[in-house]
Amino acid sequence: MNGKVGWSRDQMAARAASELGDGFYVNLGIGIPTLVANHVPPGVQVTLQSENGMLGIGPFPWAGEEDADLINAGKQTVSELPDTSYFSSSDSFAMIRGGHIDLAVLGALEVAENGDLANWTVPGKMVKGMGGAMDLVAGVKRIIVLMEHSSRDGSAKFVPHCTLPLTGLNVVDMIVTDLCVFSRPDRTSVFRLTELAPGVRFEDVAGRTTARFEAGELAVETL
Amino acid sequence: MRKLYPDAEEALSGLLVDGMVIASGGFGLCGIPERLLRAIEMSGVRDLTFVSNNAGIDNEGIGRLLRTRQVRRMISSYVGENKEFERQYLAGELEVEFCPQGTLAERLRAGGAGIPGFYTRTGVGTQVAEGKEVRSFDGEDYILERGIRADLSIVKAWKADQTGNLVFRKTARNFNPPAATAGRVCVAEVEEVVETGSLDPDGIHLPGIYVQRMIVGAPYDKKIEQRTTRARELQA
Repeated sequence: MNGKVGWSRDQMAARAASELGDGFYVNLGIGIPTLVANHVPPGVQVTLQSENGMLGIGPFPWAGEEDADLINAGKQTVSELPDTSYFSSSDSFAMIRGGHIDLAVLGALEVAENGDLANWTVPGKMVKGMGGAMDLVAGVKRIIVLMEHSSRDGSAKFVPHCTLPLTGLNVVDMIVTDLCVFSRPDRTSVFRLTELAPGVRFEDVAGRTTARFEAGELAVETL
Repeated sequence: MRKLYPDAEEALSGLLVDGMVIASGGFGLCGIPERLLRAIEMSGVRDLTFVSNNAGIDNEGIGRLLRTRQVRRMISSYVGENKEFERQYLAGELEVEFCPQGTLAERLRAGGAGIPGFYTRTGVGTQVAEGKEVRSFDGEDYILERGIRADLSIVKAWKADQTGNLVFRKTARNFNPPAATAGRVCVAEVEEVVETGSLDPDGIHLPGIYVQRMIVGAPYDKKIEQRTTRARELQA
């Protein structure tokens, strides 16, 4: 594999955004998942939720209109919409834990073939904490992971078993990487390779994935 | 009973003891009780346990109290913006209990509501579940988490009336209401105290029963951690 093949970060976000349904309440994680908000399909209305206590997140404010009291879970300044509501952290996680959020898009360090997710710590290296990730995967109806297919050292991130501390057991429904999409209809099923990004061949994915997955009919995008 | 005190030092007078547990509102630097934290720093009280979603940044919020070594233990969900925290934690100088954000909010809410424990799916099968009771309900596993009672709660609100009814502003509400309820005593700092009767009773976010003392902390120079904007010329 060489040259520019696969999806850019924005294209990955756009692919995840195509999973949004009209009327969905959605939580977007920090990093690439945040870009999903820029690619909501035409005719689809979604309401974005932020763990720190906001439904109806608007775009970044105009320069000069930033408000320190109005931030998202990534601590970025955001703006209000006509349907915005605010609430406490305990109310926020009641709606998350209680299954009222339709979809969450999160980043990952590793996903296992059984749907286990690791995305909060690298022992001895990264001391940050899990924030709201464990609550999101425990309560949100559907979880999409957006991640680079391989880690910086080239090792696979979709693996047989997670080696890093877990965020949740059997919680991932779909994985969108820069190379392809893996998905499964329910949490008792095996992941299936359902799409290849432009210029990516099946062997490229197979050679960079250690998890077991099914490869059925592929929707192969042409350049 | 008069709840309004002239300043943070007086409002905290008689409440600070070495080794105590303090629950603090705020998310990042948004809605943190900065005047009260500063007064706690100046008091020199030490060996504190802080229950707070975050630990401030290096020279703001609880981050200042880490630098002065007044904090022995933190119960938090996310501390990614604080280098001194990371250094003390990796050096074994600071005890840390990482608690999922929603579990932390609910532990405070439960503690304040007289609920000593609750079952949640959050953290099942992870490090968070280690040593905790697991119980199955309707075929799903849940872990037992404990409610938190704190010796003292410190919170930041936008407006208060003379009786301590509080109104928060936008996302600065965050952990402040559950933290306020979890303390045996709650001290609030607000931007403005208005005449009792001028707040809409239907619009009170936290009833004054939870607030024992308060101060006006204005003027505030609110800090922004990630200033993100749209450029106006892109609008056309």
